Amino acid sequence: MKGRSIRFNADTVLGVISTLFLVVFLIAVVYPFVYTINLSLSNSDAALRGGLFLLPQGFDVNSYHTVLGSRFIWSGYVNSVFVTVLGTFVQVLFTALMAYPLSKRRVKGQRFLNGMVVFSMLFNGGIIPTFLVVRATGLLDTHLALILPILISPFNLIILRSFFSNIPGSLEESATIDGANDLRIFFTIIIPLSKAALATISLWSAVFLWNDFFNALIYLQDRTKFVLPLMLREIIASANLADLDLQGDDMLQTTTETIKAATIMVVTLPILLVYPFIQRYFVKGALIGSVKG
Amino acid sequence: MPVLKNELSKAIHRDRLLYLMLLPGLIYFIVYRYVPMGGLVIAFQRYFPLRGFAGSEWVGLANFERIFRSPEIVRVFRNTLTLSLAKIVFGFPVPIVLAIIINEIRIGSVKKTVQTLTYLPHFLSWAVFGEIILVFLSGNGAINHIISALGGEKIYFLIEPILFQPIAVISAILKNSGWGTIVYLAAISSIDPQLYEAAKMDGASRLQRIRHITLPSIKSVIVILLIIRIGYIMDAGFHQVLVLYNDAVLETADIFGTYTYRVGLSQGEYSLATAVGLFQGVVGFALVWMANRFAKRIGEEGIW
Repeated sequence: MKGRSIRFNADTVLGVISTLFLVVFLIAVVYPFVYTINLSLSNSDAALRGGLFLLPQGFDVNSYHTVLGSRFIWSGYVNSVFVTVLGTFVQVLFTALMAYPLSKRRVKGQRFLNGMVVFSMLFNGGIIPTFLVVRATGLLDTHLALILPILISPFNLIILRSFFSNIPGSLEESATIDGANDLRIFFTIIIPLSKAALATISLWSAVFLWNDFFNALIYLQDRTKFVLPLMLREIIASANLADLDLQGDDMLQTTTETIKAATIMVVTLPILLVYPFIQRYFVKGALIGSVKG
Repeated sequence: MPVLKNELSKAIHRDRLLYLMLLPGLIYFIVYRYVPMGGLVIAFQRYFPLRGFAGSEWVGLANFERIFRSPEIVRVFRNTLTLSLAKIVFGFPVPIVLAIIINEIRIGSVKKTVQTLTYLPHFLSWAVFGEIILVFLSGNGAINHIISALGGEKIYFLIEPILFQPIAVISAILKNSGWGTIVYLAAISSIDPQLYEAAKMDGASRLQRIRHITLPSIKSVIVILLIIRIGYIMDAGFHQVLVLYNDAVLETADIFGTYTYRVGLSQGEYSLATAVGLFQGVVGFALVWMANRFAKRIGEEGIW
């Protein structure tokens, strides 16, 4: 009897501590978002006064008017969508094209090339030499600079390669007997069988491209070519908002905080909207990666 | 011999389309991954962009001498190590604890919600998440509002050198821990439920079940992830620091990545920055390699 009550207490204490830990962690993760959303929907006086912003204070969408009134936000959107869509397509295509021959033992030099891929995961030229090569290949200040230098992720390549090598060879053999060549087999048999793996890799590519600001930061100079995350940095870093084509000079003094918050939300919104739908595919993908990285 | 050669060329001819498919990827790896490695030679030059690799003057180890004599590099090295170590010490256990707690949640919808919320920051870049942290911590931000409501003095978090690393550690924990639970949750879910049932029958408390069943079962996953994490100690979170830092906190914030970026691309000291990058790369490579060897030696699967 005594033992049971002690156990009950120990478990209760554990339960309370765990719940507390979880609640604190959740608040710490979620509250900054809630704060930013509500700040972006508040008026400038409230922003100046400061507060907890558990709800919008003095509901006001003016900062969104200002942010969405900037033509750079729109060009940022267009650029981001362009880079993400084109980049995802070519990255997945070329990753798959390379992964397929590398999954075949009969391809000469396959082992050497696989080693070359793995080594590039562990060691690279670093920022400066890569920058010089990107410049030498004429990509500076083009959207291709955000796509080509990261065309094939070694990690994705390895995952696709092991996926391809698990496809039973009998399927390809019978297609060969029917006279199909390797390219045809690849596009009509291998690709349709690998939809799940390709979808996972496409999502990784897309999220990476959408979020990437560092390559944009070092390779782009022309503001009309900026992608959203870089635009966000610019707008926030820019003390002179007028410089970014933002209207309404009387607000300049007071609304910087709400404008920052609104800009963050405008950039984040697309991710927040698709996130619930893609999350589970990512979880699956993360497990593929950890099982055989 | 000629027969063999013939067979080889036959095989290559038969697989010519496979080699063709390989070609674009091969070109990519050579141009954008291996040529830059060759470009590391500028670490041993006084590189002038107009003269190129070939025309620039060779200076031997002069750049490295300059680096190792500069007090800045000592600072960079120290900051990189302390920030990385702090992230491991404080950050590494968090996903383990979170995963165990999430696994104990019995109500499916609560579990789902917790996972969805904690995974979310993983999908935002530091450019976004970092700016949210900056707004949150600003002079007029939420934390300062709470401090002044409690009668305290405003803290200027972002220009206080002593606070930079704690902020970086905490914000990294918030961004990465949720996503980090996935591997542990998978490991936990593969534990035989009968073990728990048997322990329950024997009267083991929850804590005892966690200590004697859950933790030992995921120990090998924990060990391998820790070893790999330690291997990456030379990268203290470049993109994060780049977004969060400013000149006022350089003293504690400047790490290898930011130093290379600033000196190389902002100040145009290509050779010096490349020398720093090379140093970081070589040490980092050695650490990852050793970590992988070590993981394999203690009987776990390495990362390659």
